[in-house]
Amino acid sequence: MGNDVEAVRPPGGERLLADVDAAERELTQARPDAPATDAAHFEALLAKDAKIEPRDWMPDGYRATLLRQISQHAHSEIMGMQPETNWITRAPSLRRKSILIAKVQDEAGHGLYLYSVAETLGVERKDLLDALHAGKQRYLSFINYPTLTWADAGALAWLTDGAAVVNQVPLCRASYGPYARAMVRVCREESFHHRQGFDALYALSRGTDAQRTMLRDAVHRWWYPALAMFGPPHDLSTHSDQSMAWRIKRFSNDELRQRFVDNCVPQAEVLGVDLPDPDLRWNPDRGHYDFTPPDFDELRRVVNGDGPCNRQRVAHRRRVHEDGAWVRDAASAYAAKHSRVVEEVAA
Amino acid sequence: MTESPDWPLWEVFVRARRGVAHTHAGSLHAPDAAMALHNARDLYTRRSEGVSIWVVPTATIAASSPDEKDSLFDPAADKAYRHPTFFQLPEGVEHL
Amino acid sequence: MNLFDQVLALGDDALVAAQRMSEWCARAPQLEEDVALSNIALDLLGQARELLSYAGSVEGAGRDEDALAYLRDSNEFRNAQLVELPNGDFATTVAKMLCFAVYQNLLYQALVDGPDAVLARIAAKAVKETKYHVDHAVLWTLRLGDGTVESHQRMQAGLDDVWPFTHELFEPVVPGVSLRAPWLAVVEPVLRSATLRRPLDGWAPTGGRQGIHTEAFSYLVMELQVVHRAYPGGRW
Repeated sequence: MGNDVEAVRPPGGERLLADVDAAERELTQARPDAPATDAAHFEALLAKDAKIEPRDWMPDGYRATLLRQISQHAHSEIMGMQPETNWITRAPSLRRKSILIAKVQDEAGHGLYLYSVAETLGVERKDLLDALHAGKQRYLSFINYPTLTWADAGALAWLTDGAAVVNQVPLCRASYGPYARAMVRVCREESFHHRQGFDALYALSRGTDAQRTMLRDAVHRWWYPALAMFGPPHDLSTHSDQSMAWRIKRFSNDELRQRFVDNCVPQAEVLGVDLPDPDLRWNPDRGHYDFTPPDFDELRRVVNGDGPCNRQRVAHRRRVHEDGAWVRDAASAYAAKHSRVVEEVAA
Repeated sequence: MTESPDWPLWEVFVRARRGVAHTHAGSLHAPDAAMALHNARDLYTRRSEGVSIWVVPTATIAASSPDEKDSLFDPAADKAYRHPTFFQLPEGVEHL
Repeated sequence: MNLFDQVLALGDDALVAAQRMSEWCARAPQLEEDVALSNIALDLLGQARELLSYAGSVEGAGRDEDALAYLRDSNEFRNAQLVELPNGDFATTVAKMLCFAVYQNLLYQALVDGPDAVLARIAAKAVKETKYHVDHAVLWTLRLGDGTVESHQRMQAGLDDVWPFTHELFEPVVPGVSLRAPWLAVVEPVLRSATLRRPLDGWAPTGGRQGIHTEAFSYLVMELQVVHRAYPGGRW
């Protein structure tokens, strides 16, 4: 194997990882409280920023909101495997192929953690998947765009994993313990993916003219879908206030989107690529970059099923699940025939 | 939609090579103990040797009731992570 | 076969097997299985990278792992035909995995004690990885063979389709290493436990070690190489 050169670091990545480390320290240092048995107890835990655990009493709305958010996050990890898997067999170097397979595998793993977290709230993974296949539960909008070239795989990782990290670092401090703990693991891996995506694009930026053209084209197509990941602006966002009160959400969509833009601009400069926004510029009065928001009507259309790839992505997922039924049934049948606690593996 | 029953859920406990006790690492679905152990080694320990893994069907775990000052366990104590009521799955909304 | 051809054969086996296994990403019958199969693909790809890099250095013409993977034509690949077979259904994949992983595990065990220090080092890690692959394949062979009527039929069919291509594995690549007997000693009991009929030995297609492949292979190579070749001189 050639020497694996360490991936080029995007500027700003270390600060986000430091936030994740701090959140993890808080989680491990927290003293376990007696489980909450009523609303007053629940509110008291929230007020002192302690963690709510599966055994605690919790309001139905809190449970329902968490379940929606966590299951949509899990679905996003699983569905998000598709646009990237698209480029595994054609990855242009063996190292990039390895990195991409590992990334997709991490996403499956994240989906598994998050479905487990959702299961602590009293549902079964099977029911969540049924809802996904029936179009009753959603997943992140960017997944409904196509990855048209190799550069798209890198742009997807740089921009959407970058956005995901900005979104998820605060969730490492979410009030629900299993979710916060899952987020610590997920964030660390996703920031690694973000870095690898940046590195893949960096290589293109230092390559041939044709590669630089491919890079620019991909970034131009993925910029607004990534910005749209943060959701509608706060005043149009139906659940944000309550989610913030329950400490499931810690910053507004607008604050997170701004943070993301501020991170990306210097990174784009390192890549030598312009972002597709003529109004993007530093505003010294605000201390942030001004930028054109994404088209929220388009976001609504895509979330409601009319993006370029929604039908294809859901159909793929449904077909894979149905095609796998005979395999799952075989394993269940074998287990029923051979129900012993310990099996010897013949080898 | 899905007619085949899901594989049962297992909780995974891992004791690192120099660890003192098994700690909860997570859960996974598997059809039986052998596959649960095999997959857990991959998913939760990245196949490191010398790590002891226990897998336990989630349905068999009984958890202590909320008021831990009670020394008598209520025989109807809830199983770990299970709540008796079925929750309506919320429909998607416009954003996470 | 000279050393370059030997190492290339091992490397190509691993590369092509990895490529086929990676086709299961986001397609496996269960999420946990998706993770397991991609891990197997990653192991095989790691072996391929090490072996191809070594082959390049043995050749001494400046070709690295990517030059070998992406710039050879189909008839220059030295993998056995078994690994290039299309995945088919999950049962066919399990049949291929069983046959190939047992072979690789035995081969790597032989190389650990062999005269070539680089191959011995590569093999030491690969023995552990392929042991895991064998375990995985055995677990599934048992469950599909002795599961439902449908899974049994599919597993038998997969095994029947794949079996003729196993003979080529035992054409010697590494001198003095003869693996068919130990291979059968592992595989046959598994098939019996799985209530599967061990296929008869008959037709034995061959040619992979000389660059003669199946019709499916040029499509595999095309897909593997297309982006790399589209940007000559590119940086990745």
